Amino acid sequence: MSLFNIMAVSASALEAQSVRLNTISSNLANSQVVSSTPEGAYQARYPVFETMLQDSFADADGAAAGVRVTEIFQSTLPPRQEFAPSHPLANEEGYIYRSNINPVDEMANMISASRSYQSSIEAMNTAKQLIQRTITLGR
Amino acid sequence: MSFTDRVFGASGQAMALRAQRLELIAANLANQDTPGYKARDIDFVAAMQAATASGLRRTHARHLDASGGMAGSNEQPLLYRVPNQPSLDGNTVDAQREHAEFMDNAIRYQASLTILDSRIKSTQRAIRGE
Repeated sequence: MSLFNIMAVSASALEAQSVRLNTISSNLANSQVVSSTPEGAYQARYPVFETMLQDSFADADGAAAGVRVTEIFQSTLPPRQEFAPSHPLANEEGYIYRSNINPVDEMANMISASRSYQSSIEAMNTAKQLIQRTITLGR
Repeated sequence: MSFTDRVFGASGQAMALRAQRLELIAANLANQDTPGYKARDIDFVAAMQAATASGLRRTHARHLDASGGMAGSNEQPLLYRVPNQPSLDGNTVDAQREHAEFMDNAIRYQASLTILDSRIKSTQRAIRGE
């Protein structure tokens, strides 16, 4: 029954989008972290999505294609260097290093992730209703 | 034509194809943020014609049945949607369009379901002789 595949496909999307939301909240939470070395500064993390190959949802028509997170990519943007000699973490030259997170990017990403999450939930709900109606067919 | 074909018409095949199409659109919605994903769909009219075509006729009881049971769903090629505004990462899913198609398909599935339901009920009435 292929309607049940919709559940598996949408569930994979929910999983991937929640990983994305997790990385966004982690990025936002660490946006004010300060370090005395460029290496120690927090780097933004982003998940990489990939279409799941069909054999994971073994079905005759092979139509279902879920999504999964293949890796968590760390942004390679340089950390923001700031001259703050009075800061307790400043190095010998008086610099501190802030994370390379752009809060505006993160908020836009968050809206996109929550929209995608909602649409997968909607697909799941519709599939559920259709399955229920099919089960009670002829009663 | 078998008894079930005469009573239920093409509703069963329509429902199977609608379910397959719903699954494809759900996959498109799931992959709306995947880089490089191309939205897919089937040509429903062609699939329905293939599913309801009578095919080879058996003129002898010992001929092999060439219709292959639930016809159609496997032979239909999966097509790629023509994108309106593909994104820079190569993704061609248009979420609004997929939503509309999903809704449309779900309603049509329910329509087939209702027809099938009423056919079953009238058959039951005929059997009971009410």
